Amino acid sequence: MSAAPQAPASDAVPRFPPGVRLQRDRAREQWVLLAPERVVELDPIAHAVLARVDGATRVDAIVAALAAEYGAEPAEVAADVGELFATLLERRLLALAT
Amino acid sequence: MNAVAPAPDPVARRAPAPPLAVLLELTHRCPLACPYCSNPLRLVGQRDELATADWLRVLDEAAELGALQVHFSGGEPTLRKDLAELIARARALGLYANLITSGIGLDRARLQALQQAGLDHLQLSLQDSEPAGADRIAGYAGAHQRKLALAQWCRELELPLTLNAVIHRHNAGRVAAMIELALQLGAGRLEVAHTQYYGWGLTNRAALMPTREQLEAATAAVEAARERLRGRLVIDYVTPDYYARRPKACMGGWAQRFVNVSPEGKVLPCHAAETIDGLRFDSVRERSLGEIWRESEAFARFRGTEWMPEPCRGCEHRERDWGGCRCQALALSGRADTLDPVCERSPDHARVRALAEAESRAPAPPFVYRRPQRPGARADGGETGA
Repeated sequence: MSAAPQAPASDAVPRFPPGVRLQRDRAREQWVLLAPERVVELDPIAHAVLARVDGATRVDAIVAALAAEYGAEPAEVAADVGELFATLLERRLLALAT
Repeated sequence: MNAVAPAPDPVARRAPAPPLAVLLELTHRCPLACPYCSNPLRLVGQRDELATADWLRVLDEAAELGALQVHFSGGEPTLRKDLAELIARARALGLYANLITSGIGLDRARLQALQQAGLDHLQLSLQDSEPAGADRIAGYAGAHQRKLALAQWCRELELPLTLNAVIHRHNAGRVAAMIELALQLGAGRLEVAHTQYYGWGLTNRAALMPTREQLEAATAAVEAARERLRGRLVIDYVTPDYYARRPKACMGGWAQRFVNVSPEGKVLPCHAAETIDGLRFDSVRERSLGEIWRESEAFARFRGTEWMPEPCRGCEHRERDWGGCRCQALALSGRADTLDPVCERSPDHARVRALAEAESRAPAPPFVYRRPQRPGARADGGETGA
């Protein structure tokens, strides 16, 4: 029963749940997600994705914007974004707006 | 006799990475009397607590040092009237503000005020799923009901909630029920933490130690629920040291990730560090938090791997468990600078395990409740708190 975490649908709208916030960590020159008893250090790619999470923008719009900005293949971007979101959803570091 | 030699190597004094989190024990006053309390046996009285201005400065210094999270703890931190002011300062500094509370004495209006001040998250202690068992552990009649009310207010206010359940021989069989309760109460996270045997917990070890069978059942309950509740409830599980083969990375390594400030301002690498004689802990009344973190002898003493004896020094796990826990080494093997006897490479490992097995099978002695002034006194299970 160890199914891989599920990526959100392309029309889903991700948001940070209460108690989770994206913040610059000046001392270590990086971005982090701050959550209950958790500090998740983000690499520049994860930050680029999560910086676009605003509780209003759909997954497909986030993917399209990233693909355009980095000149990357949309299908590849979609897979990477889906995997990141799935991991964060499972750990309750991300939620979907309803 | 517990004195330790000075730091052996100046390499240990390289500028350390900043801590991720600071835990502020605002007070040792508490309405509850849990026999596994993480506070030291010698509790600090109210008159010796830091003033508001001191705590505000500590918060400034924590942010300056590079900490990202602050845990407001105790004792019962809501007994401090300046709590909202401290939370507001933490948030203004960009620190993640977490409140670790018994829930006693916190009404809905105050909770809302703390949230408005910027509280990010609340961690509520849960003694049991059963009111009778919970109130007996807490030494406070009616404590459990009040906790349930607080959890409901958190849900109404959309304040994220973690429940923290400490496990021992009297509640180990109800881990599944505690998980269900956490779901019912709308907690996003549950810590199922076996008792850590320092201070009060060590005093009460025979009264608290679960049997191996109890441990295995508790572990199985957590594993089953984790799979079933993926994405709904995050469950963190802390296993009991005495039955382990490898020590835990205590505090993520001595003076590497966490720093603790006591009610009177002493800066400690962990709750129990003051049990180690021969280490002098500096106070924020005299030096800044950053200065203490970087320069204090006590912090340098066991930081990293330079201090390690053999076989730790040559062990492939040395940068994973950082040699385990210094306080435990002292408590169980008589020296702070030797192996944590939880490690199977320690000559004391088998004795420690046998101790746990024997104590857990013997009839449970009465609790020594956590109370100020008369830490050696015994109270019966029916006594209520303040």
